[in-house]
Amino acid sequence: MKSKNIATVNKSVCVSCGACLDACPMSAISTPDGCYAKVNEDLCVGCGKCSRICPTGCISIIKREEQQNEEN
Amino acid sequence: MKKTKKWYDYLWIWPIVYFSLGYFNILFAWLGMIDFIVPLIIAGCGGGKAFCNRYCGRGKLFAVIPKLFKKENKKVAPGWMYSNIFRYGFLIFFLTMFGSMVYQTYLVFAGSASLKTAVKLFWTFKVPWKRAYTVTSVPAWVTQFSYGFYSLMLTSTLIGLIVMALYRPRTWCTFCPMGTMTQGICKLKK
Repeated sequence: MKSKNIATVNKSVCVSCGACLDACPMSAISTPDGCYAKVNEDLCVGCGKCSRICPTGCISIIKREEQQNEEN
Repeated sequence: MKKTKKWYDYLWIWPIVYFSLGYFNILFAWLGMIDFIVPLIIAGCGGGKAFCNRYCGRGKLFAVIPKLFKKENKKVAPGWMYSNIFRYGFLIFFLTMFGSMVYQTYLVFAGSASLKTAVKLFWTFKVPWKRAYTVTSVPAWVTQFSYGFYSLMLTSTLIGLIVMALYRPRTWCTFCPMGTMTQGICKLKK
């Protein structure tokens, strides 16, 4: 069962430092192209650890429905 | 859920070892070239920012220290600190200082300047470091580069420690010149 919340990255602010990668207990974050952090929606449990460690504050925790609405 | 630790999670030891070695013998400063060359090779070969993400000892150290003292600052860095203008401006400044250090090394190599056995902090304050000049049999320019490079490494680490205390632990990473360069390479390759 998927969590209610999910992490989302503001790409324009992310510097791809990798602090969130270390903090994520689910290994749900990666930087596939080296430019920005990317959240694996299936693995993310929305715990917010990445959001609390990000030095630029570019990761927010939002409701999954909100994210789906944003995508549509 | 706790992640199993990998060997690179312990790389925070590296900067401590590096600065300790340089404290006693300045020639060890050359080892810092690893931190300069490896990230560029990885980014250039399509490995993205794997160095920053996994293998950067300094980044790991900044993350470990606040945890150790249980004093993690929650404050997000001010916007200008991770703006492109500041990041690329700092990169240019850093590369200029690196170039100046290489030029100083050249002057010693050419015999136009004498060896200075001091570490320059924040590109301004000279700290006598003669006790680390223990191997005198190598050419003077090799030692001069060591002093210059050690100064650069120590200064950047001190800046990193200051911003670590003022803001979130890895704030240095937002404007780290190596991080800016590797991200730039990744964006160009995309």
